[in-house]
Amino acid sequence: MVETHAGKVIRFEHPGAHRQHAKSTPKGRSVSIQAKEEIAALLGDRPRQRDYLIEYLHLIQDTYHQISAAHLAALADEMRLAFAEVYETATFYAHFDVVKENEPRLAPLVIRVCDSVTCAMFGAESLLQQLKALPAAQGLGAIARVVRAPCVGLCDQAPVVEVGHHFIHHADRDAVADAVARDDSHAHIPAGTVDYDTYVAAGGYRLLAKVRSGEISADTVLSTLDDGDLRGLGGAGFPTGRKWRSVLGEPGPRLMAVNGDEGEPGTFKDRHYLNTDPHRILEGMLIGAHIVEAPEIYIYIRDEYPAARTILARELAKLPSGGPIVHLRRGAGAYICGEESSMLESIEGKRGLPRHRPPLPFQIGLFGRPTLINNVETLYWVRDLLEKGVAWWKGFGRNGRTGLRSFSVSGRVKQPGVKLAPAGITLRELVDEYCGGMAEGHTLAAYLPGGASGGILPASMADIPLDFGTLEKYGCFIGSAAIVVFSDHDDIKGVALNLMRFFEDESCGQCTPCRSGTQKARMLMEQGNWDTGLLDELSQVMRDASICGLGQAASNPLTCIIRYFPEALAPKEAAE
Amino acid sequence: MSTTTTPAEQGGAHATAAHTMPEVVFELDGAQVVARPGETLWEVARRVGTTIPHLCHRPQPGYRPDGNCRACMVEIAGERVLAPSCKRPPTVGMKVRTQSERAVKARAMVMELLVADQPARATSHDPTSAFWGWAEAVGVTESRFPSAQRWTHDPSHPAMRVNLDACIQCNLCVRACREVQVNDVIGMAYRNADAKIVFDFDDPMGESTCVACGECVQACPTGALMPAAYLDAGETRVVWPDRKVDSLCPYCGVGCQVTYEVKDEKVVYATGRNGPANHNRLCVKGRFGFDYIHHPHRLTRPLVRLPNTPKHAEDQVDPANPWTHFREASWDEALDLAGAGLARIRAAHGPKALAGFGSAKGSNEEAYMFQKLVRTGFGSNNVDHCTRLCHASSVAALMEGLNSGAVTAPFAAALDAEVIIVIGANPAVNHPVAASFFKNAVKERGAKLIVIDPRRQELSRHALYDLAFKPGSDVALLNALLHTIIEEGLTDEQYIAGYTDGYEALRERIKEFPPEEMEAVCGIPAQTLREVARLYARSRASIIFWGMGISQHVHGTDNARCLIALALITGQVGRPGTGLHPLRGQNNVQGASDAGLIPMVYPDYQSVKTPEIRQKFESFWNTALDPVTGLTVVEIMNAVHAGQIKGMYIEGENPAMSDPDLSHAREALASLEHLVVQDLFLTETAFHADVVLPASAFAEKSGTFTNTDRRVQLARPVIKPPGDARQDWWIIQQIAQRLGLGWNYSGPSDVFAEMAQVMPSLANITWERLEREGAVTYPVDAPDKPGNEIIFYSGFPTESGRAKIVPAKVLPPDEVPDDDYPMVLSTGRVLEHWHTGAMTRRAGVLDAIEPEAVAFMSPRDLWRAKLNPGDTIRIETRRGAVETKVRSDRDVPQGMVFMPFCYAEAAANLLTNPALDPYGMIPEFKFCAARIAPVMASVETAAK
Repeated sequence: MVETHAGKVIRFEHPGAHRQHAKSTPKGRSVSIQAKEEIAALLGDRPRQRDYLIEYLHLIQDTYHQISAAHLAALADEMRLAFAEVYETATFYAHFDVVKENEPRLAPLVIRVCDSVTCAMFGAESLLQQLKALPAAQGLGAIARVVRAPCVGLCDQAPVVEVGHHFIHHADRDAVADAVARDDSHAHIPAGTVDYDTYVAAGGYRLLAKVRSGEISADTVLSTLDDGDLRGLGGAGFPTGRKWRSVLGEPGPRLMAVNGDEGEPGTFKDRHYLNTDPHRILEGMLIGAHIVEAPEIYIYIRDEYPAARTILARELAKLPSGGPIVHLRRGAGAYICGEESSMLESIEGKRGLPRHRPPLPFQIGLFGRPTLINNVETLYWVRDLLEKGVAWWKGFGRNGRTGLRSFSVSGRVKQPGVKLAPAGITLRELVDEYCGGMAEGHTLAAYLPGGASGGILPASMADIPLDFGTLEKYGCFIGSAAIVVFSDHDDIKGVALNLMRFFEDESCGQCTPCRSGTQKARMLMEQGNWDTGLLDELSQVMRDASICGLGQAASNPLTCIIRYFPEALAPKEAAE
Repeated sequence: MSTTTTPAEQGGAHATAAHTMPEVVFELDGAQVVARPGETLWEVARRVGTTIPHLCHRPQPGYRPDGNCRACMVEIAGERVLAPSCKRPPTVGMKVRTQSERAVKARAMVMELLVADQPARATSHDPTSAFWGWAEAVGVTESRFPSAQRWTHDPSHPAMRVNLDACIQCNLCVRACREVQVNDVIGMAYRNADAKIVFDFDDPMGESTCVACGECVQACPTGALMPAAYLDAGETRVVWPDRKVDSLCPYCGVGCQVTYEVKDEKVVYATGRNGPANHNRLCVKGRFGFDYIHHPHRLTRPLVRLPNTPKHAEDQVDPANPWTHFREASWDEALDLAGAGLARIRAAHGPKALAGFGSAKGSNEEAYMFQKLVRTGFGSNNVDHCTRLCHASSVAALMEGLNSGAVTAPFAAALDAEVIIVIGANPAVNHPVAASFFKNAVKERGAKLIVIDPRRQELSRHALYDLAFKPGSDVALLNALLHTIIEEGLTDEQYIAGYTDGYEALRERIKEFPPEEMEAVCGIPAQTLREVARLYARSRASIIFWGMGISQHVHGTDNARCLIALALITGQVGRPGTGLHPLRGQNNVQGASDAGLIPMVYPDYQSVKTPEIRQKFESFWNTALDPVTGLTVVEIMNAVHAGQIKGMYIEGENPAMSDPDLSHAREALASLEHLVVQDLFLTETAFHADVVLPASAFAEKSGTFTNTDRRVQLARPVIKPPGDARQDWWIIQQIAQRLGLGWNYSGPSDVFAEMAQVMPSLANITWERLEREGAVTYPVDAPDKPGNEIIFYSGFPTESGRAKIVPAKVLPPDEVPDDDYPMVLSTGRVLEHWHTGAMTRRAGVLDAIEPEAVAFMSPRDLWRAKLNPGDTIRIETRRGAVETKVRSDRDVPQGMVFMPFCYAEAAANLLTNPALDPYGMIPEFKFCAARIAPVMASVETAAK
């Protein structure tokens, strides 16, 4: 045996600077074994696919009422994603609460106070302040926290507060305190939904069967859509038949996505249809998927509509097998995801950044595939249009326009709500004939013809037909037909500021004109005297140079104020 | 909100993959222009001389336009809104106006919005940033908008500074980190104006998973991310280079091209250049590891050993104070002493009593001169270098099979592959820029990555299959793959018939290795082995990359034989996206080997044993040559122990750290009668020297270097050597002259010209061509033709034109764990340190990131041993023991200790097993039996 050196430690000096010590773990945070086990158990045998990231973030948030850094790291590890990838997605969406190691745990119950335009009109701000004092006053600080929220799609019930997933209509301090005390925090599923059996009994899905069997040809379907001039009712008004044809013209495999991310302040019609007659939407959807030959469909429902999601999940399970695979995906609190390409990004598990055009989603959409994207309400009308015919649909209309529009009316009217009215109706007609007139003691002063982004018009312009294409020359558009009515009691500059704050919050942050433009516009609008010259210049550039509709339209209310409400900008009124 | 833009609004532009688009004629500012396929409006405009500002667009390889800053907007007739020129492809007949009032106004307003939130230019972090350049060009350096609250600075990283108050959220650093280098550290978190550049979970950069490649710093247009070296304490840039010099990176075999920035005759920063290997990319070593050349330990005068200073294996000398063992000498005295000592031994004991180690870190010219010195001056073939310790077995197998030791395709061929196998390699650590291309292949092109290594690694996350097999069971695993391919009929029979020999023997041998039986041996389920085999064999193009995990075993040659057989029986070689690529560890290990720094062969692998070849070199060098193969690195150390070798000349190598069983190697070095060491620093090897010759660092010399891709590249001197340090080629020539050789080379170009006469690989490559083109890949067919990146598309350079398939049998590692030594010790590198640490531990940033010795163990093993991460442990083998801090690392399998060999204070090679692969003579650095024990916390750690 040769001489052995074993056991003897020869320690040389090293040439380094001896200033630091080596880390005891690899670079960056370590994944804790416990967190990893918890996440693995929570995910169970669900697929570890990237596009499920948002679903799994929900799973963690729902289970732990927050997303700890340890769980987030474990989720990244489990899904083989980088830390940055999960963090940027988790922090983009308002409904995920990421809590770092050195931050206190959050109270589990979230009380969301809608502060968008209609709720603000009905006192959301003071309600918010009262509620913020509530948890502390009642010793509820450990179980509840109060936060602002953008429009939750219940503008006809303003002001609205969401306790957990329970929405309190015409909320006040006591009603909220009561709900918290009773732990009434789960979604209330509305009664009266037309369920599968009822829908089928009334003749539902026969049309789909005929389309699938070829009894009604694809050409017939498409030409009926064309002839009826069914438009995209999410807001863009693109002809539905043309869109289906465009998708069909692209090489397969193709996909379909249903946009149920109704977030435009003032809009709540999709929620209404989802809650009352979901199968009519699903039948339209399945016809669409059949026509464009899409084997898989993704329905994206905003997180603010838990009841609709519950109903859909329940009813989708009742569909007979054999149809396309339908995925139900849940938004997470981001208005921008109503923009169709942002929605695609979100379905893919990423931040909701709008994509550049070209290419358009019908060319390169979900997972890079040609994708048919339709709004909920658009699909809702497919069955009626095909069954009752073009003449029936075209029998509606006013002031030279044809078809029906579902107006979401809120604000200073006697009877707010979803109003199915002829396309082309004027605001004055809509309020008088469908809403019981103005609320007691209120005189019409102004209105939003198309939600937060459609501009603001004064009472003197209440006789313009409301439809696609009729408002553009006034710097406005109908969009999702969300009508918010203001009266002489409302501060119109305040309305514009509320809307700009909304856009600033909801800007995805991708492009300079929108990210910085909404912020700078808001800052300028907070000053008593508006620098209208600079605001006008800024508005034009936001319109010209933003990537998507949010930034392009965000300045509409602002430019409308400058254009139509000069008296509101008079210096004397600025002093508050 | 829900909006849909109609196709009509977009002018009907139809998205087609850019590269399939034909040339397009359109109108730009009233003039008809032709867009080349794939060009964007911005690119066409730039080509025809129209300047359009750009901030978020970086017209460099790997960066896709993102179109988010909106500084490049143009007006297109018929479109409702403006379009980002950086992203928009032209369509036929499109009318584009870059100077329309709307477009100009939008671009100015975008700048004004951004300027509003910037620090004032004069006090900004970088007043000369691209951002301020464009602001000036657009004429907007001040803003009417109120500024918003921004973020504070983050000084947590030793190499870089984060000052997000200058951030314009342009996303370039995110693309740099996620799409170019694919290190996936930077994200854009939150949203709206709060959208923020974050590292991991919005952690300080220095505490994140950042690997400090610096790509983000290179991409940032505002100075929000900058090298710390540029900034003063107030985070304002104070350093601008006096000059910039194009050269190469001195570290690994990737061969990145670099531009060095020099201020006051010091290198202050390095940026990536668009070289064929690196496409502007660098890693932490290349970008931040250059300052070792300015370290106070640099040798600036020759040293000679003090009289009566005995040598001992455990001796150490303080490089800051070598006067305990050495004194300064003039060059003449030192060279005379060095040469006379060698000549004396040659005279007294014959040529075989001398040996030389050249360097894979030196140039081709230096390597050529060194081997020529040993062969013609010492008179033997006792010349070797560190290739012996890294890829000797790979080269042995490749020479045996293909008669060519080099790669068959560059690493970037991964981009054309459908299946990429990375086996026994950790390129994200050892070849980070090459790894970035592998990740690109997976992420952008959908390539399927298969990682096969006992240790998990950064690439594992990107892999479709990550086979963490039992250490040492390589041949069993690979034979199971071969078995599957043959048994399931997945071979390429035509290829086998046309281009190979020996298939029958393989087919017979391989019957013994069904995956179902190998499963127990290698620890990978048979089903997985079969799936991987099918994937590799059936793919359109499969490529294999390997590293020391394959080669540094007693069965290293057998491992490589298996890989070669895999490629040969499936025809996965010689086409785009296919091939065999041993990833070379040092910047010039390919070139040094090519130049003949190997005991068995002359330059270009021409055997010393073949009489005709020997005669050719005898007449070329005009001297008689030793017909006997020389000794290899470990054999030389053994021969010293045996008293056969008494004198050595070691140039730029550090066997006192890099050899296996260091006690044995250091004893050998200490027992030499005469040792001449030529180096930058007083290395552990130089402790035992009689004469130390201060040499020139990479950045101080000119020469050619051959990267892992066979790419010959030119390095240029950036600065002068310090003090009286001299060029290596000059020193070698001086020694040669003192051994009676009448050398009179005028410089590297002169040497290169001589090399080209005896090295067919250099055909059509001249010094002038390299000066002109910077890089040429051999083999080259003509002076005006580019080199052949992919070789062996129709046969092999063997006599028969066929490759030889050699079956491998399963051999266990030389020393397997037992009750006394129950764990496996495996050695390798860390990202920040290179080889024996002589350079990198003297680089400020690298030292700051990895400052002291550390061993890696699995968290579960630590837990079982009742150890905490960061505790000090003692690692012991039959050859020695070290004490070191332990790092908890989930990538390390249970039962293994991994230890980088760069730490002088805990040299892993004191522990390693010198058992050799019989063909490559490479030691088994990757496997020996070890045990660990806790060590009482030292005073220093206890105080913490």
